Formats: sequence, structure tokens, C-alpha cells
Amino acid sequence: MPNLDSTFAALSDPTRRAILARLSLGETTVMELARPFEMTQPAISRHLKVLETAGLIVRRIDGSKRPARLAPGAIAEIDQFLDMLRNALAKNYARLDTLLAQIEPQKGGNPQ
Amino acid sequence: MNATASKNSPPLTLTTEDDTQVVVTRHFNASPAIVYRAHTEPQLLQKWLLGPDGWTMPVCVCEPWPGGKMRYEWANAKGHSFYISGEFVEVDPARRIVHIERMHLPDPTPDNRVETTFAPDGDGTLMTIRMTLPNAEVRAQMLSTGMATGMEASYARLESLLPL
Repeated sequence: MPNLDSTFAALSDPTRRAILARLSLGETTVMELARPFEMTQPAISRHLKVLETAGLIVRRIDGSKRPARLAPGAIAEIDQFLDMLRNALAKNYARLDTLLAQIEPQKGGNPQ
Repeated sequence: MNATASKNSPPLTLTTEDDTQVVVTRHFNASPAIVYRAHTEPQLLQKWLLGPDGWTMPVCVCEPWPGGKMRYEWANAKGHSFYISGEFVEVDPARRIVHIERMHLPDPTPDNRVETTFAPDGDGTLMTIRMTLPNAEVRAQMLSTGMATGMEASYARLESLLPL
């Protein structure tokens, strides 16, 4: 990651986070990216430029196409994000554990 | 993909099966009847089904009978919100729930068929949630959305650290 400001700015946009999530599944062209996002190709290209400047993706030249993929360092980031999804679930269930301990089986009353 | 959560709580598994399913399992130290209640009574759901730090569930409609509706709405202090709507298909109290749900972001995502079972497991309950998506692409998108939500939490956490 070149610098925190550009990484931070790149990640601040939900479309760019979704693009990163999509690229975590494999290399993709602008045309393929534009389809699920229902955005124009120039709009997607602008987002890719921001991600590339932030060092989160790399692009190569393939004829007239410039397919994008995650930069090696970004993969570790994405792994962290998937961990956060698990953590969000784990947090829900840790809260539920606490709540279950407060519910009395016989009375079936609500806690608090 | 297969993962377990931290060591000091019962293990959570999150796995993909076939092309279209996502399966979550978790043990609870309470009877199936109680775990079922915590999944179907709004005043209980609003206490724990909150996801990342900083989110609340101001709206919770849950009608656990065939044809009954569900609507769970989440919000955070920054004014972001989204909701899930759905319908119950089969309900066998304390044992099994089948419902259809979709997330509104605000456009609705494709329908997710969710089967939740509560099975006796020692002194407690083994809960299994089996989600079935219409196809592999939708499943990938759903997991991506989860990642994007995780990213949002990451972003918020990063923000709380600034200025570095």
C-alpha cells in the first residue's frame, strides 16, 4: 500500500469496495465488471483508476483490454475483511450467548 | 472456504456447499426451545442480531408462522440503514424454520431460501443455517456483499484511529 490517504480514500466508496470484492474472485475486464454494477464502463474505469493509484489493484494490457486484478498486498486486506464477516456473526452469537443465559427455561419470561 | 471463530466462544463454522449454498453452524448452551425464541421474538432479536459494532435494529417484524412476514431494519449513527424483508414458509417451533429473504440495499437482492434447524446437542443446541441462493453468481455476490459490509466496519474502525 503506497500511502494511507489514498488507500483510505479508495476504500471509502461502496462501489469500489464491491469492485474489490468482485476482483477477489479473479481477474476481470471493465466490461465484465460494469455488468453486475449496472454502471457505464467509463464510470467503472474511473473507480479502477482510483483503486490502481491506491495500489489496491494492478492492470495488464491484453490487446485493447486492460483486465484488472487485486494487487498482492490487497489480498491480505480482503482476507481480513472476510474475517470481519465471520467476526460480525461471532459477535451476534456472543451477544446471544449472554441473552440465552438470562432467559429462564421454566417461566419462559423475557430477560430484564 | 471454511473458518471457525475465536477460541473463547463455541466454534462458528461458515462454509460453502455445492454451487449455491452457504452453511453456518453454531452451538449454544441453551435448549432448542430457548434458542428458537431468541430467533423469533422481536424484543429478543433486537438485542443480539446487530452485526458490527455501532449498528442497532430499530424495526423488527417477525411473524413465525407459514405465510408470516419478516422485516429487520438496521441503522447506525452515521445515518446508514438497510433492511431485510421476507416470508415464512414452514415453521416447526423449537425445531425448524424455512423462510425466504432478500436484502434491500435499497434494490432487492435475489431471494435467499434459508432453512434454520435447532437440534439438541448435549445440554444445548446445535443450530444450522443453510442458505440456498438461485445460482453460483448470486452466492458469490452475497459473500461479496458480506465482505463489503465487513469493509464498512473496517473503514469505520480505521476512521476512529485517525489522525494517526
